[in-house]
Amino acid sequence: MWDYTDKVREYFLNPKNVGALEGANAIGEVGSLACGDALKLFLKIENDRIVDASFQTFGCASAIASSSILTELIKGKTLDEALAVSNKDIAAALGGLPKEKMHCSVMGQEALEAAIRNYRGEPAMPHSHEGRVVCRCFGITDQQIIKAVKENNLTSVEEITNFTKAGGGCADCLEDIGEILRATLAGETGAPQKPLIPDMRPKTVPPQNAPLSNVQRMQRVMSVLDEIIRPRLNQDGGDIELIDIDGKKVLVALRGMCTSCPSSRLTIEGFVQQTLRDQVDPDLTVQEVTS
Amino acid sequence: MSRVIYMDNNATTSVAPEVLDAMLPFLKEQYGNPSSMHTFGGVVGKAVDRARQQVADLLGARVPEEIIFTSCGTESDSTAILAALEAQPEKRHFVTTRVEHPAVLALGQHLEKKGYRVTFLGVDAKGNLNMDELKAALTRDTALVSVMYANNETGVIYPIKEIGNMCRERGILFHTDAVQAVGKIPLDLKNMPIDYLSLSGHKLHAPKGIGALYVRRGAPFRTFLRGGHQERGRRAGTEAVPNIVALGAACALAAKHIDQENTVVKGLRDKLENALLAAVPESIINGDRTHRLPNTTNISFKYVEGEAILLLLDQFGVCASSGSACTSGSLEPSHVLRAMGVPFTFAHGSLRLSLSRYNTEAEVDGVIKTLPGIIERLREISPYRNLADNVAEGEAHH
Repeated sequence: MWDYTDKVREYFLNPKNVGALEGANAIGEVGSLACGDALKLFLKIENDRIVDASFQTFGCASAIASSSILTELIKGKTLDEALAVSNKDIAAALGGLPKEKMHCSVMGQEALEAAIRNYRGEPAMPHSHEGRVVCRCFGITDQQIIKAVKENNLTSVEEITNFTKAGGGCADCLEDIGEILRATLAGETGAPQKPLIPDMRPKTVPPQNAPLSNVQRMQRVMSVLDEIIRPRLNQDGGDIELIDIDGKKVLVALRGMCTSCPSSRLTIEGFVQQTLRDQVDPDLTVQEVTS
Repeated sequence: MSRVIYMDNNATTSVAPEVLDAMLPFLKEQYGNPSSMHTFGGVVGKAVDRARQQVADLLGARVPEEIIFTSCGTESDSTAILAALEAQPEKRHFVTTRVEHPAVLALGQHLEKKGYRVTFLGVDAKGNLNMDELKAALTRDTALVSVMYANNETGVIYPIKEIGNMCRERGILFHTDAVQAVGKIPLDLKNMPIDYLSLSGHKLHAPKGIGALYVRRGAPFRTFLRGGHQERGRRAGTEAVPNIVALGAACALAAKHIDQENTVVKGLRDKLENALLAAVPESIINGDRTHRLPNTTNISFKYVEGEAILLLLDQFGVCASSGSACTSGSLEPSHVLRAMGVPFTFAHGSLRLSLSRYNTEAEVDGVIKTLPGIIERLREISPYRNLADNVAEGEAHH
């Protein structure tokens, strides 16, 4: 049994500010059903000040409590003041969280940041865009890991897993996390450089140089999807469906595990599109259709 | 804590009052060592013999000497598996399943590191083994097959007789972890192709700290704990007499109540399960409902998370468990549900209710009354609630 503080229990049993917020003009979403916790944060912002906040959370007691207390913490703050709220502040407001549950406070902070970015018209998932995915199970990037290490003075891989969930699934990335930790503690600027989503692209088949007819292009797209892309996604419990090919635009829908995966955007851009460009036509663009 | 409704009997059980009465004298005045020469110890030795007979009777063993007392189910599993492998050093292949208890699973992973070839058999969506896959896995190099009698999380019962026969035809030894089965379903080992069987006292109303290993007469054995001559030299260490007496008493009681487990307890479980499925939309049962322990239900509620369910149930004094990631040290949901391919949307929201003959209909009614409201409350908080509504109306949006 987890050793929750009375404050965590209170905010779990009687959470404040639950549900969608009428008149919300900023929404931040993090997590997914696959990851086991997810938070949707609603903000009502007037004159750069948060006048109201509410949340919807799928997750354990500490995830719900963290979300609820976050809404209390940020109400009345200006956006800049709110951005200064760290995951440590969230945990502290709850009288502390079990170390295995610190990722719940990190999720709160990330949702807050996502909501404010949403309001300011910036990309919703800054970390995924800026960083390299290290933990594929939970879609955690090196930038998220570095941030957690710096803000919470983390010194071990186990702590990183507790704070970010990275490495808590298949554990394949633990060595990689250790390397990022070492580099961060040593004060090296930037994480070790590795290509975005390594080892996914087959390198043997060269792109065709001769221009393709529409039918040829369509056939090649279909065969690459079937032979290379789908088997790879299947390994992670996901799947892909070809919806349409419109000239050089390929419309696909992700299925299975992919639908709720936080790294699905990376899957589309970094893997599906890149593979099709390599294999079929460098001018192809891939768009995800959500159904 | 006020009134408790205990429905976590696959985790552990209450010590039956008769069992406590039986063991108490051995914690008080009858403290002799069964190995001693004096009458004071000798009397205690007789009590150990009686307990061994009681365990053998419940299992349907041929002779009481087939029973070795251990400290727990895990020790029984390790002893059996390592004994079978050590006895056949020329064979380097071990077959088990992906849904075993960690007592077997972790040992299998360890053996893999030690250079054994280990096959972890998968299961289908209902948690059943593919017998063709098992057959294909067996080779002349296979030393031992270990398949649990019944799964602790879902209650699914495996075709032990069929598996045992398959092994016997090929001269392969067969172990089964029957920790969840003993006392819940009738066993008759003298007519079963089983070489080793593990059981644990605290799952059948004996205290924690006592287990037993059945070793079929004639099956190869190697000592795990070396030392004194206790247990005919097969398990050294002074006998935990009060616990052994308690296990014997618990087995005698279980034999008396085994019909009740499969009628009354099963009836309560079925009532509970059917009422919950009817009251909570988007709920499913994990595991094959036709081959299942009579006391267990594993039910998943979409869009909510298991730990949150448990803590709200706790407010009403209801004790249950979950395969949710958040209830374990790991961040991934139950290895059993994942092996069955239960989607994450359901796997995180799983709830295991496991009954015993001490549960009452009033308690079952209490849970039926409480639980749907808890799920509804958590779904109100969940961001996927709207998604659920949309799916229900056939207009899903992400």
